[in-house]
Amino acid sequence: MDTQTQNKDILRGGQFLVKETNCDDVFTPEDFSEEQLMMKEAVMEFNDREIIPNKPRFEAKDYALTEEVMKKAGELGFLGVAVPEEYGGLGMGFVSTMLTCDYISSGTGSFSTAFGAHTGIGTMPITLYGTEEQKQKYVPRLATGEWFGAYALTEPGAGSDANSGKTTAQLSEDGKSYKINGQKMWISNAGFCNMFIVFARIEDDKYITGFIVENDPNNGISLGEEEHKLGIHASSTRQVFFSDTVVPVENMLAGRGEGFKIAMNALNIGRIKLAAACLDSQRRITTTAVKYATERKQFKTPIANFGAIKLKIAEMATNAYVGESACYRAAKNIEDRIALRMEAGNSHQEAELKGVEEYAIECSILKVSVSEDVQNCADEGIQIFGGMGFSKDTPMEAAWRDARIARIYEGTNEINRMLSVGMLIKKAMKGHVDLLGPAMKVQEELMGIPSFDTPDYSELLSEEKAMIAKLKKVFLMVAGAAVQKFGPDLEAHQQLLLAASDILIEIYMAESAILRAEKNAKRFGEEAQASQIAMAKLYLYHAVTTIEQNGREGIISFAQGDEQRMMLMGLKRFTKYANYPDIVTLRNSIAEKVTAENKYCF
Amino acid sequence: MKILVCISHVPDTTSKINFTEGDTKFDTNGVQFVINPNDEFGLTRAMWFKEKQGATVDVVNVGGPETEPTLRKALAIGADSAIRVNTEPTDGFVVAKQLAKVVQDGGYDLVIAGRESIDYNGGMVPGMLARLSNANFVNTCIGLEVEGTAVTAVREIDGGKETVSTSFPLVIGGQKGLVEESDLRIPNMRGIMMARKKPLTVLEPVEASAETASVKFEKPAPKGAVTLIDPDNVEELVNLLHNEAKVI
Ligand SMILES: Cc1cc2nc3c(=O)[nH]c(=O)nc-3n(C[C@H](O)[C@H](O)[C@H](O)COP(=O)(O)OP(=O)(O)OC[C@H]3O[C@@H](n4cnc5c(N)ncnc54)[C@H](O)[C@@H]3O)c2cc1C
Repeated sequence: MDTQTQNKDILRGGQFLVKETNCDDVFTPEDFSEEQLMMKEAVMEFNDREIIPNKPRFEAKDYALTEEVMKKAGELGFLGVAVPEEYGGLGMGFVSTMLTCDYISSGTGSFSTAFGAHTGIGTMPITLYGTEEQKQKYVPRLATGEWFGAYALTEPGAGSDANSGKTTAQLSEDGKSYKINGQKMWISNAGFCNMFIVFARIEDDKYITGFIVENDPNNGISLGEEEHKLGIHASSTRQVFFSDTVVPVENMLAGRGEGFKIAMNALNIGRIKLAAACLDSQRRITTTAVKYATERKQFKTPIANFGAIKLKIAEMATNAYVGESACYRAAKNIEDRIALRMEAGNSHQEAELKGVEEYAIECSILKVSVSEDVQNCADEGIQIFGGMGFSKDTPMEAAWRDARIARIYEGTNEINRMLSVGMLIKKAMKGHVDLLGPAMKVQEELMGIPSFDTPDYSELLSEEKAMIAKLKKVFLMVAGAAVQKFGPDLEAHQQLLLAASDILIEIYMAESAILRAEKNAKRFGEEAQASQIAMAKLYLYHAVTTIEQNGREGIISFAQGDEQRMMLMGLKRFTKYANYPDIVTLRNSIAEKVTAENKYCF
Repeated sequence: MKILVCISHVPDTTSKINFTEGDTKFDTNGVQFVINPNDEFGLTRAMWFKEKQGATVDVVNVGGPETEPTLRKALAIGADSAIRVNTEPTDGFVVAKQLAKVVQDGGYDLVIAGRESIDYNGGMVPGMLARLSNANFVNTCIGLEVEGTAVTAVREIDGGKETVSTSFPLVIGGQKGLVEESDLRIPNMRGIMMARKKPLTVLEPVEASAETASVKFEKPAPKGAVTLIDPDNVEELVNLLHNEAKVI
């Protein structure tokens, strides 16, 4: 790790909420090294050559093509980026892992799902939890694409409630193997994988156990038909049946009853990578839409000149920019945390596991936010194309269908929303993040008389940064009071949790964009970053609105009388601009920049 | 067999072209640079010689430090080492002089250059380089085989092909045909990582002064609007072609 990394203050997971981050401490896509840029280019070239031209075949459910392209990705080393060198991978850092996942995923959701399922949840449980023998035996094959992996957690009766699966594992009398029986559902890559990570219950254990199960039809493994899906047409998704499938005891992952933990930790990585996998789709959709909008004329005018279309283009580009800012910020935090732990003597395995776990809150935030952005982006993409957007002959239709799954798998967005707040509160209880102190301060502030001074906001983005600080107070105020009121029963107040989570999400996303724009304005000049600054401002404006609305909803749901009045007043104070940004001008400037470049250009 | 591949650092073909300083300089602002396509065909052919016939492959560029990412990409694709001659490639003569020195010092058997760079399309370097290095020269080369010391090269000529036999030392001006587009390589991740560890030597230039200087660049006139004419209205078409377009 370089000294720069050592010296800077690496935020702990969830700490963004109570700490001010210096813009020099965030990593942005503009910080990619020359090597990372070369990787990005290589991945983009792969996408342009192997995936995009084959789009019709993917849409026609050509599952064999998905497998073939996965093999090619393996030959180029794309499947082994995150795998340590001693197991046949490239041992690259988390940022490079995210970058690969980002730029390989925009061609079709079919491939990005296959790629994500294999490299993430299909491979990581072994690299993170496997014994030395398990890693030596399986990981090199997975890292090169000689073998493909799948992850079999979900069952017909166990989806979000993942630990409730009925699949069983029974130890043989000689103690040498387990017999697995049960039914798994929605298993990505099932049709062509060589190996499953299977979760099953031993006796009446409270928690399930993970196993590495080789895909051998002669060992009681059979597959259901391919599911008929709304999107990701060429991603293989099938049921998997295990009937007296014999698995040697040495194929158990971690210990007995550790499966749920494995499942959850694999999902942390899966979630942030899924967020990355939704980024380049947004760039590509935005670029495709802008190109169309500059060519398509109505009323003798390119539709790109209409304010209504400018609004869409500006919002699409802005969300993509914000998503990038937040994803790579978190990715670098994870990378640095892993490096710190390794320096402190952790094995790579342990460092990586704990490093990602540390940022589980951010992983959930990103998964929710970016999966919803890509859906909106595709939706507006269709709208810009008008009737043509609805046609299968243009790329928007498939993009829209493919985007939809991201809100469902790797934990539904509802589950992830509630998790993000739940994990944060748990962290606070454990003393990992001090929420209580800051929350008390906010309460005191509510009781006190507000200052009527007008702060000096002449410095670039200073009002925006002050706004972020205030928005954090909204979260502390609402969540703090809710925890006080309900204690552990808060879990049952889901709509309140959802509201709190939307506040949390918007804070993280908006802050990430502001920090990126500020950092870049400092190094490349304000003028050069004019559009990026505009995007950060535009996003913040929406964040304030969302936070105000959710804050109000939350407060009204549990506070009454004076308490309610006081908190609503606080909410008003904490969401008030001294100088409102002119949203229309901001949008127009962003849209005009994107249109002039004729592509997503940030 | 010692091969040197000359790599020109050129704007991506989709770049927007603008000029600055009173239309005397190319505006590099926001432009993405790539390996000159003609050179990439050559590099890919060189990799074939490396893998099938045990050749060593060095790459060279004449240019400033900003061209190093392009050289490193060539290393990532598989070249063994890279050389950058640290000077502005002001004109073809300057570049050829610098390359001639590298060829002379390196004792290369085969120098693969592109037929032309797609930036300024000078097309002079390979010919001058061959002359300055006292090497044989085959231009517009679309096929190259080596057996021992015997070289067979195929050239594109107007409307056909010519096969020539020649020998080392040899300079070729290569182009598509040496390999096809589908043969071009995406650098693999391991190659990208190794590129960092491979030598990239920076050499100071030899004396050479430009024999030409750009006075002015001009872009082609923008295309005019298209006039659509009803297929039944042949008279109008003839009228416009005669009176407006003045082509008949
Ligand atoms: C194409 C595809 C690929 C998939 N790939 C894989 C794979 O490779 N491996 C794998 O193991 N799984 C896979 N899945 C399964 C996926 O992870 C689950 O579908 C997902 O976790 C949701 O579970 P479910 O479908 O049973 O929905 P349910 O859990 O039944 O949820 C239905 C609705 O109820 C909500 N809900 C559920 N519980 C709660 C709660 N406690 N509080 C509030 N709301 C709740 C959900 O948010 C959702 O809106 C895949 C699914 C699809 C569609």
